[in-house]
Amino acid sequence: MSEAHPGLEHHFDSYDQQRESAKLGMWLFLITEVMFFGGMFLLYLIYRWRFPVAFAEGSNHLDVTLGAINTVILIGSSLTVALAVRAAQLGKSKALVVLLILTLLLGGMFLGIKSVEYSHKFHQHLFPNDSFQFEGTSPNNTRLFFAIYFCMTGFHALHMLIGAGIILWLIPHAWRGRFNANNYNYVEGFGLYWHFVDLVWIFLFPLLYLLGRNLGTH
Amino acid sequence: MLEVSLFPESASSFSGEVDLLFFAWTGISIFFSLLITGLILYFFVRFKSPYKGATGTPEHASWPLEVTWSVIPLLIALAMFAWGTKVFFRIARPPADAVEYFVTAKQWMWKIQHPTGNREINALHVPVGVPIKLTMTSEDVIHSFFVPAFRTKMDVLPGRYTSLWFTATKPGKFHLFCAEYCGSEHSLMGGWVYAMEPAEYEGWLAGRGPAQRPAESGQKLFAELACDTCHRGDQSQRGPGLEGLFGREVQLASGRTVIADETYLRESIVSPGTKMVAGYAPLMPTYQGQLNEEQLNQLVAYIKSLTTTTADTQDHPPTEPESEP
Amino acid sequence: MSFDLNAPAPSAGDRPADWPHNHYLKDKQGLRSWLLTKDHKRIALLYLVSITIFFALGGLMALLIRIELLTPAGDLMEADTYNRVFTAHGVLMVFFFLIPGIPAVLGNFLVPLMIGAKDLAFPKLNLASWYIFNIAGLFGLWALLSGGVDTGWTFYTPFSTTFSNSYVVATVLAAFIAGFSSILTALNFVVTIHRMRAPGLTWFRLPLFIWSHYATSLIILLGTPVIAITVALVAIERIFQMGIFDPSLGGDPVLFQHLFWFYSHPAVYIMVLPAMGIISELIAAFARKRIFGYRFVAVASVSIAVLGFLVWGHHMFVSGQSVYAATIFSVLSMLVAIPSAVKVFNWTATLYDGAIVYEPPMYYALGFLGIFLIGGLTGVMLATLGINVHVHDTYFIVAHFHYVMVGGTIMAYLGGLHYWWPKITGRLYPAFWSRLAAIAVFVGFNLTFFPQFIVGYLGMPRRYWAYPDEFQVLNVLSSAGATVLGIGYVIPLIYFVWSMRYGQRASANPWDAIGLEWETSSPPPTENFLVMPTVSAEPYDFAGRERARALEAAAKEAEVV
Repeated sequence: MSEAHPGLEHHFDSYDQQRESAKLGMWLFLITEVMFFGGMFLLYLIYRWRFPVAFAEGSNHLDVTLGAINTVILIGSSLTVALAVRAAQLGKSKALVVLLILTLLLGGMFLGIKSVEYSHKFHQHLFPNDSFQFEGTSPNNTRLFFAIYFCMTGFHALHMLIGAGIILWLIPHAWRGRFNANNYNYVEGFGLYWHFVDLVWIFLFPLLYLLGRNLGTH
Repeated sequence: MLEVSLFPESASSFSGEVDLLFFAWTGISIFFSLLITGLILYFFVRFKSPYKGATGTPEHASWPLEVTWSVIPLLIALAMFAWGTKVFFRIARPPADAVEYFVTAKQWMWKIQHPTGNREINALHVPVGVPIKLTMTSEDVIHSFFVPAFRTKMDVLPGRYTSLWFTATKPGKFHLFCAEYCGSEHSLMGGWVYAMEPAEYEGWLAGRGPAQRPAESGQKLFAELACDTCHRGDQSQRGPGLEGLFGREVQLASGRTVIADETYLRESIVSPGTKMVAGYAPLMPTYQGQLNEEQLNQLVAYIKSLTTTTADTQDHPPTEPESEP
Repeated sequence: MSFDLNAPAPSAGDRPADWPHNHYLKDKQGLRSWLLTKDHKRIALLYLVSITIFFALGGLMALLIRIELLTPAGDLMEADTYNRVFTAHGVLMVFFFLIPGIPAVLGNFLVPLMIGAKDLAFPKLNLASWYIFNIAGLFGLWALLSGGVDTGWTFYTPFSTTFSNSYVVATVLAAFIAGFSSILTALNFVVTIHRMRAPGLTWFRLPLFIWSHYATSLIILLGTPVIAITVALVAIERIFQMGIFDPSLGGDPVLFQHLFWFYSHPAVYIMVLPAMGIISELIAAFARKRIFGYRFVAVASVSIAVLGFLVWGHHMFVSGQSVYAATIFSVLSMLVAIPSAVKVFNWTATLYDGAIVYEPPMYYALGFLGIFLIGGLTGVMLATLGINVHVHDTYFIVAHFHYVMVGGTIMAYLGGLHYWWPKITGRLYPAFWSRLAAIAVFVGFNLTFFPQFIVGYLGMPRRYWAYPDEFQVLNVLSSAGATVLGIGYVIPLIYFVWSMRYGQRASANPWDAIGLEWETSSPPPTENFLVMPTVSAEPYDFAGRERARALEAAAKEAEVV
C-alpha cells in the first residue's frame, strides 16, 4: 500500500483519515498544553489578586521595550510559519525550507533577547532565589512575582527551544521534497504548535510586562 | 491482656451528633449493600444458564426504572448532605463566648498556651462544659490537630491561623493526634487532652504557678519593640491606630478593603507591605524572623484586647476558621 | 468449550479449528522485533511486563507496611524508613500501576480490536509512551534506591519543598514523565475512537469498554498537564528556592493542594472508569445479554468524568478552606454518586433474566460489584461534611480508597486479564485455580481493609508508624488479610505464565461472546483482522445472534433434507 501511496501509513485507509487524525491529535495535544500553562496562569492570577502592589512593582522592573520587540518578532514568525504550511501544501520544497529557516532565525532572535533580559535580572539580583534583593513595599511578595515570571517565561522559552528542534528536524525532510498536498501533516502540526507558543506569549506579555504598571509607581 | 475497642469514646458536645449521622449513613449503606448483593446473588442462582449457549431476554432499558434509581439515591444524598452540613457548621463555627487557647505546632510537638498564659507541651488540660476555641498556627509544615473523642480536627498551617473548637462533656484522658503527615516523627506527634471538672481545672492551673496572660505579654512586647512610636493612636499619622481595629473593616492602599482578623494582624506584622492601609507610607520594617509564633500571637492578642475592652464585639460575627478573602 | 476440571488435561497439540497460522506473537521474532514494535498488541504486552514489575514492587512495600503495623511500637524499621516505604508504595501503585494499568495494557490491546481498526492512530507515539513510562519508572527506582522519598505520594508543601531531606526532585520528575506517557496513550485513544471506527460502528454501538476509555482519556488529557506543572513547580522550588508555595514569602501551601487535587481527584476516575468498562463487558458476556440501560451506562461514564473535575475540594475539608467552599464541594461530590449508582443498578438489572454462566472472569466481576458497592457508599459518607471532619486523614479514608482502587480497579483488571487472556495469548488457564484466586482475593481484600474502617473511625490517623495499643487487634487482622490477598495475587501470576506455554489453545471466541475482538483469531494477526469488519448490529446483541444462528441452522437442515 505504501508503495502506491507514498506517506500513507499502513493502518490508515486514506490520506484524509490520516490527515484528520493527525490534526485532531495535534489539537488534543494543544489542549493539554493549555491546561499546563493554565496552572501557571491560575497561580499568577491568584497571587496577583493577593499582592497587587508587589506585583506591579515587580512588573516595573521588566523591560517593556525588549518585551515589545520580542512580541513583534514572534508575530512575524507566526506569519512565516503560516506561509511555510502553505508552501508545504503546494509542495514548494525550496520555499518551505527558506520559510522554515526564517522561522528558526526569528525564534533564535526571540530567545537571544530573552536571554539578555534574563541576564539583566540576574545582575540586578532579581532571580527569585535566596540572593534575591528588591527595594519595595514587600520584597517577599515581589519575589513571588519574579518566581512566576521566570517559571512562565522559562517554560515558554523551553517550548520555543523544542519548536526550534522540530524545525531542525523538518528542514532535511522538506529539502528532500517529502511534503506535498497529500502529506504535509508534520508541517501543519508543527505550525499549530508554533502558533500556540506564540499565543502564550501574547498573553504573557501584557500580564507580566504591562498590567498594573501604574499601581507600582508611587 | 489485649485491649480491643470497636467504637471511639464520645466526649464533646457535638460528638453524639456526628455519631448519629454516621450511624444513619451506616444504616443506609447496609440497606443498599444487602439489597444489591442480595439481588445479585438471587439473580445468579435464579438465572443460571439452563443449557450451553442459552441467551438472556433481550430487554434493553426502561426509563421509569432509570429515573427511579437516579432520583432515589439523589434525594437520599441531598438529605444527608443537608444534615451533614448542618453538623459541619456546628463543628466549624466556634461560639462567641468560647475561651481562647493558643496552639503552636512544630515538628514534632504541640505547644499550647492557656488564656491564663500557662504553657504545656503535648498535653492540653481543659475544663469540662466550657466551650474552648483553639487558635492554631504552625512554625514549619502543615500539621493537623485531631482529637478522636471530640470528633473534630483542623489542619494547622504555617503563615496563618486556623481554629478549632469543642466543649468537653465528660472528664477523662483523650488521645491527641497529628493527622496531617509532617515528617519523621509524625506518628509520635501526639499527646493527651485532659478534660477536668472546672474546679479541678482551676486547681490544676493554680498548681502551675503564676503566668502572664498573652495580651499582657503582648503589651510588654509592644512597648519593648517600640511599636508605640508610630502606632500611637493619635494624630501623628505615621502608623494607623490600633484601638478598636480588630474585627473592623480596613481600607487598603490598593483600593480594597479587608476585615482585620487574626491572620491579617499577623500578616501586617511579618509583611507590612502586603496590605498597606490607605493613607500611610510604607515605613514599617518587617518583623519576619525576629518574632516567633508565640510572640506574634501575644501581639495579636494585645491588639485584640484593645477592641474587646470597648465592648463592641457584638457587632461582628464570630470569626470563621477561614481567613482567606 | 470445555473448561472445567473434568476436561481432559490440555495438551499443546490440541489446536482448535480456527487456530491461526500466523499471528502477532509469531509474526516476527527476536528482542529487536519487540523493542521496536509499533503493534499496539505487542506494546500492550510490553506494558503488561512493566506494570507487573511495578505492581510487585508496590506490593512488596505494602507487605513491609503490614509487617510493621503488626505491633503498636515501631520495631521493624525506623520511622524514617517507614515513611519512605509508604511513600514508595503510594507513588509506585498510583503513578506506575493504577493510573496506567488498565488503559495501557487492556486498553492498548483492545481499543483498536474492539472498534475494528488495524492499529492505534499513532503507533510510534504508542511505543514512545512505553519508553517514556519506563524512563519515568527508572527515575522512580533511582529515587527509591538512592534513599527514597518521605513526603507521601501527595507531595504536600511546604514539607516537600522546604523540609524533606529526601529525593523529592527525582520522584516528582518520575511522576512528571509518567504523565507524558499517560497523555500520549490517552491522545491516541481519543483520536482512534473518533477517526478509525469500523464502518457502521456508531457511537451508541460502541462497547462500554470503549466508552469508559474515551471518558478516561478525556480526564487524562485535561488533568495530567495540571499535575505536571504542579509537581514541576515543586521541583523548581526545591532547586531554586523560588518560594511559590512558601508561606514565609506569602506563597500559599494550600494552593498546592488545590492544584494537586484538581488532577489527583479525577485521577481516581482514571483508575476506576476503565475498571467499570471491563465490568460492563464481563457482565454482558456472562449474563449473555445486552447491558441493561446501555445508553445510561455509557453516558454515566462521561458524566463521571465531567463531575470528577468539580469535586477536588473534598480532599481539603479540614485544610482551612472556607466553609462555603466546603459546602459546595460536598454537594458536588454527592452528585458523583448518582452516575456511579446508575451503573451499579444497571449491572444488577442486566443479570435479571440473563442466562448466567459461571466462568472465572465472572467471579472477578462479582467480587468487583461487592467491593465497589462498599467503596462507593463509604465515598458518599465521606462527602458528608459532618462525618468527614472526624475521619479525614484516618484509616477510614485509607480503607475507602483501597476499596475503590484495589478492590475496584485491581479486581476488574484481573477480571479483564482473565477474560481476554485467551485472546491475548491464544491460551487458556486452569479454571480451578483462577476461581480459587478470585475467592482468595475477595476474602483477603475484605479481611485486610474492612477492619481499617473501624480503626479509622476509632481515630487512627494514616501514615502512622507507631500507634496506641488499643488499635492492635484490628491491625493484626488487617495484616493477616493482606497475606491472603497477596497469595490471591501470586496465584494468577503463576498460572498465567504457565499457560503461555502449557495452556490449552483457545478458539477465536472461547466465551461465545460478542464484540469485534472475538471475530478475529486468538491471538489476532498483526493487522488485527484478515478481512476488515463492518458492524450492522447493536452492541451485545445476543438475542439477535441467537435468532440468526437458528435461521442458519434451519437453512442447513433444509439443505440436508
